[in-house]
Amino acid sequence: MYVYDEHDRQIAKERVAQFRDQTERALAGELAEEEFLPLRLQNGLYVQRLAPMLRICVPYGMLRAEQLRRLARITRDYDKGYAHVTTRTNIQLNWPRIEDVPDILAELAEVEMHANQTSGNCIRNTTTDQFSGVQKDEIADPRPYCELIRQWSTFHPEFAFLPRKFKIAMNASENTDRAAIQVHDIGLQMLRNDQGELGFRVHAGGGLGRTPMVGPVIREFLPELDLLTYLEAIVRVYNRYGRRDNKFKARIKILVKALSPATFSEMVEAEWAHIKDSPTRLTHDEIRRIQGYFTEPAYEALSDVTDALSQQRFEHKEFDRWLTHNVHEHKKPGYAIVTLTLKRTGTPPGDVTDRQLEQIADLADEYSFGEARATHEQNVVLADVRQDRLFELWQSITPMGFATANLNTLTDMICCPGGDYCALANAKSIPVADAIQRRFDDLDYLYDLGPIDLNISGCMNACGHHHVGHIGVLGVDKKGAEFYQVSLGGSSQNDANIGKILGPSFAQDDMPDVIAKIIDVFVEKRTEEETFLDTYRRVGLDPFKERVYA
Amino acid sequence: MPDVIAADGTVRNDNWVVVARPADGDSLDIPVGQPALIPVDLWLAGYEHFTGREDLGVWFDSHDEPELLGERVNELPLIAVNFPRFVDGRGYSIGRLLRERLGYQGELRAIGDVLLDQLQFMKRCGFDSYVLRADKDISKAGRCLNFFSQTYQAAADNDLPLFRRRAS
Repeated sequence: MYVYDEHDRQIAKERVAQFRDQTERALAGELAEEEFLPLRLQNGLYVQRLAPMLRICVPYGMLRAEQLRRLARITRDYDKGYAHVTTRTNIQLNWPRIEDVPDILAELAEVEMHANQTSGNCIRNTTTDQFSGVQKDEIADPRPYCELIRQWSTFHPEFAFLPRKFKIAMNASENTDRAAIQVHDIGLQMLRNDQGELGFRVHAGGGLGRTPMVGPVIREFLPELDLLTYLEAIVRVYNRYGRRDNKFKARIKILVKALSPATFSEMVEAEWAHIKDSPTRLTHDEIRRIQGYFTEPAYEALSDVTDALSQQRFEHKEFDRWLTHNVHEHKKPGYAIVTLTLKRTGTPPGDVTDRQLEQIADLADEYSFGEARATHEQNVVLADVRQDRLFELWQSITPMGFATANLNTLTDMICCPGGDYCALANAKSIPVADAIQRRFDDLDYLYDLGPIDLNISGCMNACGHHHVGHIGVLGVDKKGAEFYQVSLGGSSQNDANIGKILGPSFAQDDMPDVIAKIIDVFVEKRTEEETFLDTYRRVGLDPFKERVYA
Repeated sequence: MPDVIAADGTVRNDNWVVVARPADGDSLDIPVGQPALIPVDLWLAGYEHFTGREDLGVWFDSHDEPELLGERVNELPLIAVNFPRFVDGRGYSIGRLLRERLGYQGELRAIGDVLLDQLQFMKRCGFDSYVLRADKDISKAGRCLNFFSQTYQAAADNDLPLFRRRAS
């Protein structure tokens, strides 16, 4: 993965000094609260319900073992000994003290980490597929391009005060979309044109939040060298013409819709014509230089292990389940991709303790060339595990709580911190996730149900991506009481769309029953080969509605 | 008489005055014997009358379009851009477009809700003078302009992004 050179180190160091100065001025009363607000947000620092929250950036999800160990130490020394993996693949601390944040940033900078632009109305952390570089159907590794975007967008002077937050995601797989690119402000789909040249299909104006939208395509093919100039053109048009009079209408999706995608695209093209040949245009040398940081690790020439694994599967049912659900195919023979799930019942989805962070670091060193990846589904991936060590790995991680074999099932939920922590939330989300996990505790039943994305957000800011859950749950405030609205049929994949609201909202205690009734309808209506989403698309909302509101 | 911060952080005093947009029906009241900045559209509307005056500049509000000035931009001794609220980032694009697209060579001044922590962005977007909001500590401007000795991307202050400088 990317390693800082002296320039990156210099910028990181100067950033810590700057934020220390800003914090001191804020604490001394020289900065009004509303003046400090965007400054601290652009450093990931929220002031929350119970304490500040610090969102630490994990660029496109990549973590080295030493970084995990430092995060563990920080959670122990400055927080309560646990952290939270977010849906933008970042890592959040829930209880730091504001006056400690500059020291935390200094500790992070020592291991090439930061909290830049993890919040605020600026360009956020670019996300991509957690299987980048190790999957078979990839056009090219997207991470070097994400790093190029990271550098271009870091402290971009023109785009520090956009109308609203701005999120970019990239997907390089031909068949799947694990990065949910169509529900981002800009979604980049890597592809090759008829001449075999690498580039991107550009979506703009997607997004979740209050007015969820699937982003239309504004350019069918953008050559790779033009990536940064084109992004600059899009963001400049948005900065100039996006609405600033109403926070709820300020995302780029509102501008794209109001202008029409075709008109928006024309404006971007007109702007781009002026800057496409500027020195910001990428060079093949620079792309190769960054790609040099993402070369393959020292894989050994291995063959796929089949007999031994079959025997181990036969002897250990639990291992068999785990292998089926939490382990994915790797592009190299003899290797496998392992997902460590952070979805054990009784623990808030995505939460990790300091000890677990260290365990992940040790596992990364022992099994996966010292690297791990955070996922937007709030799990952690070891991307390069030898197949002949899978059984041993499974034995190690079972007592650590990372082997819950529920990946992509109903209980592998995406869930925001909700009203337990977040000042923006209308309702709690963690207890709802917990109650549903307790209700659906039979793994065989979960496997029989097949892949179901259940996404829970505590408010319409949609950090839990509820709109694109096959089943989405949204916390709402009804006259001071917490209620939950359910939607069905959302998807963040290539067939992205926004779920439809089932009807009036429910009390928290009713939620497990509501989900159970929805699942019952699916089980009754489905044909043998159908997934939940297939059945929903065939039968529509009504049968679910009738049962739930009967 | 505003204190004006220069891009190097030094402070000087000058007597350019910003003339507010007149209410509908009222005429533009340009002071006599003092250099003045008037709304850009009014300067364009009275171009025949105003052209060639060294004591007259324009100011942009954040929704004004820099493209309006076209080739006349370099007839102006001073252009100011108003930041009505410091979180309104349109002025940064206006600054870059005036410098990089229209090739403006004169002085470019940030006015309005100009705070210390935004100076660095303004500088990079082509502003070379700043009128800090009156309640802010002007002695800290130099420090806040110079937190960073290195930048990743090209802007009005340097058209070469770091990757091209790394390569050379």
